[in-house]
Amino acid sequence: MKPLTNRSKTVSNKTMTLMERLYLPAIVKGMAITLRHFFKKKVTIRYPEETRPFSPIYRGLHVLKRDDTGAERCTACGLCAIACPAEAITMDAAERKPGEERLYREEKYASTYEINMLRCIFCGLCEEACPKEAIFLTDRILPSGTTRKSFIWGKDRLVETESNRIDISKRHFYYKDEK
Amino acid sequence: MTHSFFLFSIEKLILASIVFGITLVVAMYSTLAERKFAAFFQDRLGPDRAGPFGMFQPLADGLKFFFKEEFIPAKADKFLFILGPSIAMVMSCMSGAVIPWGDRLTLFGHSVSLQIADINIGVLYIFAVVSLGVYGVILGGWASNNKFALLSAIRASSQMISYELAMGLSLIALVMTTGTLSLGSIVHQQVGFHWNVFFQPIGFLVFMICSFAETNRTPFDLPECETELVGGYHTEYSSMKLGFYLFAEYINMFVASAVMATLYFGGYQIPGISHLGLSPNLVTLLGSGFLFVKIFGFIFLFMWVRWTVPRFRYDQLMRLGWNVLLPISMINLIVTGAILVLR
Repeated sequence: MKPLTNRSKTVSNKTMTLMERLYLPAIVKGMAITLRHFFKKKVTIRYPEETRPFSPIYRGLHVLKRDDTGAERCTACGLCAIACPAEAITMDAAERKPGEERLYREEKYASTYEINMLRCIFCGLCEEACPKEAIFLTDRILPSGTTRKSFIWGKDRLVETESNRIDISKRHFYYKDEK
Repeated sequence: MTHSFFLFSIEKLILASIVFGITLVVAMYSTLAERKFAAFFQDRLGPDRAGPFGMFQPLADGLKFFFKEEFIPAKADKFLFILGPSIAMVMSCMSGAVIPWGDRLTLFGHSVSLQIADINIGVLYIFAVVSLGVYGVILGGWASNNKFALLSAIRASSQMISYELAMGLSLIALVMTTGTLSLGSIVHQQVGFHWNVFFQPIGFLVFMICSFAETNRTPFDLPECETELVGGYHTEYSSMKLGFYLFAEYINMFVASAVMATLYFGGYQIPGISHLGLSPNLVTLLGSGFLFVKIFGFIFLFMWVRWTVPRFRYDQLMRLGWNVLLPISMINLIVTGAILVLR
């Protein structure tokens, strides 16, 4: 019968030779191998100080973008929530009051916007669905938590602050190319 | 008389405390070295969070041991349960007393030997203390009232008996060539490159393999083999009592390395240092440093073997002890005796 791979080895029950039965040469051989590994380059990445290189289209933690003037882009159309296969996104819409033009880009905005990070599968369909380029997945990693509640992210944590903009240029560029 | 006795006691007390301190520090950092080396052998980095290169990791580990709950099983024999780790710890610390850590040091016009007690039966003393160490394991395992701990204790005792025979026979061959049981004189005889390992290579090999078994190190760590016996004899132990057991293992390793370096590798003797014309005190200190280099070499070997060789099966362990090592050491003994007679 033809073997499926060339990795299979024929096994035999032959008695061991004296050199094999001595056991010590085999130990020395094994120790030479481990000593080689002792001086090899280590594969560990010291996480908080070093990070693994991410691909430009890495889908990590979400961000709700503001536009150049600092107004929230999201209009609470709900397309992301409909697109979401894990049903992780919920939102409430509200009407912009006069005087809030600086805060919200259009007449309708999301008064609450929550993503359940335990449901989210980081597929990125929400950002594909978004007509306003408001939600993006970034190269940040979701921090750990100790309660289920702490994984429901509201607008306080999702919306980028004006002072600390989250860079999504790599992703943005990639999507623009596609569209 | 009383005055000199007082001075003598003070001198020995200071020496003993220094040796005790060094033993503990070396054992402490052996735990870190073990984890680091384990990581290096497996292409990892090992603990590096506590201080630079993880230097404070042993302190953190010790602190953690102290803060853990002190638990004694309800059906355990309380006295023996506490006695077990105490014996393990005390016995492993005791063997350092007869090892010559260096030659004579002249301080304030007073010659001090860097060996705490140069008793004329040093080799026997080490043997006695090392064999007593197994009582810690046996008592702990039996007192826990746990079947895994008991099995482990039985394994430890039978393993100890099997390997002590071969170890003793390999040592008798050494004693025959040196003609003394005093560790101090054994080291003195190994001036230059007259290391005993060159005269007793087989004996050294047997002795080394047996010390691996005596210190319960891989590939002979059957008393604490996790896959079969949960945690072995210290399954029921927690807090610093567990710490004592783990610590005793590292002290044993240090002492076993020191004994091997002393008996077979010339102890504190640096070959050819007498030609350099250095001051005696400097020579002594360099010699002690050299001894520690040898000891660390052996400790590295212990760890290197641990992270290379898998554990023996129990029947293999017994066969190796009785059918291989014992005959080899006996033949070695006879051949050594024949050569000594014919020479």
